[in-house]
Amino acid sequence: MADAVLFEFLHTEMVAELWARDPDPGSGGKKKSLSVLEGLGFRVGQALGERLPRETLAFREELDALKFLCKDLWAAMFQKHMDGLRTNHQGTYVLQDNSFPLLITMGSGSQYLEEAPKFLAFTCGLLCGALHTLGFQSLVTASVAALPACKSLGSPQV
Amino acid sequence: MAVCIAVIAKENYPLYIRSTPTENELKFHYMVHTSLDVVDEKISAMGKALVDQRELYLGLLYPTEDYKVYDYVTNSKVKFVMVVDSSNTALRDNEIRSMFRKLHNSYTDVMCNPFYNPGDRIQSRAFDNMVTSMMIQVC
Repeated sequence: MADAVLFEFLHTEMVAELWARDPDPGSGGKKKSLSVLEGLGFRVGQALGERLPRETLAFREELDALKFLCKDLWAAMFQKHMDGLRTNHQGTYVLQDNSFPLLITMGSGSQYLEEAPKFLAFTCGLLCGALHTLGFQSLVTASVAALPACKSLGSPQV
Repeated sequence: MAVCIAVIAKENYPLYIRSTPTENELKFHYMVHTSLDVVDEKISAMGKALVDQRELYLGLLYPTEDYKVYDYVTNSKVKFVMVVDSSNTALRDNEIRSMFRKLHNSYTDVMCNPFYNPGDRIQSRAFDNMVTSMMIQVC
């Protein structure tokens, strides 16, 4: 589907634009750009969290909402399901994606490991926003061990 | 005839309230407010259905008028409350459900509008027009 690639290009440009002004921003500027990206993702996540579950049944527990994220949200955004969902039963969920579409084009292995977090900020915000609409205040962080696999840790609290 | 339609946010404050007969608007606001308690009760009672429907006959309080109050809760805990004049008994379940579906669709559109801040009062004209059409059509 051509549409998937449109979003990927747009996303790459967004990240490039925020970094283009100041190629070596130092930790203060870098944080600001990351939070701008997360903010963008948050607003989009809020809207998606409203639109996507429209015809589905009510979410009775946290797990339902997480499953919705892994299946419906991921399928709508990236045309694939999330590869793994684990929990430590104490409120933290680990969402694993072994071939994250936004990172796949960068090559596999550990070559661009330090650049990867920039490309994950928007998606973190997206998850956070969607969870927010569904009623959970949460903290989402992402980590990359080896491209293109990435893990997101979310700790939702009602 | 739908006399009053309200959209209540997750934190139980109104995002949008509109009623037709201009006499006691406050009365409708009050009715909507009291209906929120019943909604919360129903939500905590757990059920698989998404549509929470409740019929409330206020015949006791208002011997001259009867109202039915329906309401619908979305996954994001936003409640749509509709007060209907029950002298119009031709209104069937299906019609109420389709009205709520239209409301939900319009609300989703409002949410996706980048100029709208989630949590603000709804000021979209499209939403207004849709609600007006619902209030007049049923009447």
